[in-house]
Amino acid sequence: MPVRVNTSDPEFLRILQQGYAGFVSGSAHPEIDFDVEITPPLQDEPDADVEVTQSGGSWRLRRGDFRAEWEPSRRRGWIRQTANPFAIDSVLRIVHSLVLARQGGFLLHSASAIRNGKAFLFAGQSGAGKTTISSLAPSDAILLTDEISYVRRRDDGYVAFGTPFTGELAKVGQNVSAPVAALYLLGQGAENRIDAVEPAEAARSLLSNVLFFADEPELVQAIFHSAFEFVERVPVSRLTFAPDARVWELIG
Amino acid sequence: MSTLYLARNPRVAARMLDGEMMIMSGRDSTLFTLNRTATILWQSADGSTPLDRIVEHRICSEYDVPASQALNDAEALARELAGHEILRISNEPIPEPAALGGDRR
Repeated sequence: MPVRVNTSDPEFLRILQQGYAGFVSGSAHPEIDFDVEITPPLQDEPDADVEVTQSGGSWRLRRGDFRAEWEPSRRRGWIRQTANPFAIDSVLRIVHSLVLARQGGFLLHSASAIRNGKAFLFAGQSGAGKTTISSLAPSDAILLTDEISYVRRRDDGYVAFGTPFTGELAKVGQNVSAPVAALYLLGQGAENRIDAVEPAEAARSLLSNVLFFADEPELVQAIFHSAFEFVERVPVSRLTFAPDARVWELIG
Repeated sequence: MSTLYLARNPRVAARMLDGEMMIMSGRDSTLFTLNRTATILWQSADGSTPLDRIVEHRICSEYDVPASQALNDAEALARELAGHEILRISNEPIPEPAALGGDRR
């Protein structure tokens, strides 16, 4: 989904181009146009948690380090933030999660990689091993992300896309995509093994790893049903692994 | 004990998978997995069937428990589910609201 960022701050633009390398293009038809205004640190509630609300057809996003508004019908929005690139990164994650929710997809706390033309997702919260499994990937695996997977629904299944949303590896994924072949719920242990997961447990685990910020009942329901449809179509297993590259012998 | 009526909260999403009824709150995205009795209450919560009839026809037929105890337990459970905004409860029949289409059992 092409997003155009308009800013009069050349240094901020340079930081974005560097941070999103591989995902920057000159698309003439963006899905969203964001005007970004760089401001001094916002004085009221600098540590406030993210808040996402909808009003009159517009989404309002706010956190200690940014304020933003996005009007989907006009494909336009604005962001007021400090020069910290993590602020716009968060806005983009939220906006993408809202767009995907209406399309049967989602952003997932998971690493993902393509191997043999198929995408594999490795889900888990912080400390589960997303960064470790990514760093152990063999040379024939194409890393899509070590942190946030972008999953879209298609008629014949699900497709995972690379994202510039990085985790501890701080390595931007590649801007490619592939059909999702499996979702692994990560766990660390003494040996490398794959265990079956009951469908209900798979759905619970998937939902606990979906990124979603808005308390909008209609979208919450959409995400809920998308998770169930995903586990009905995509094999979900538990992948326990020792920090050992041989785990990739089980993948693909 | 007065008659109690139960209705599903249309702002939650519900789905049965592999014999487990899962409910997600539309308010704060909390995920609940209902036990067997709570699932019976959810499935029977049509707003017009009184709780004592649900207990008599759906719960007492499944569990070997005196009717009065079953009704007390079911009422406590219904109130707990209402506290989580999964069910709505009332001493009067509850008209069906415009649904969000959340239940895809």
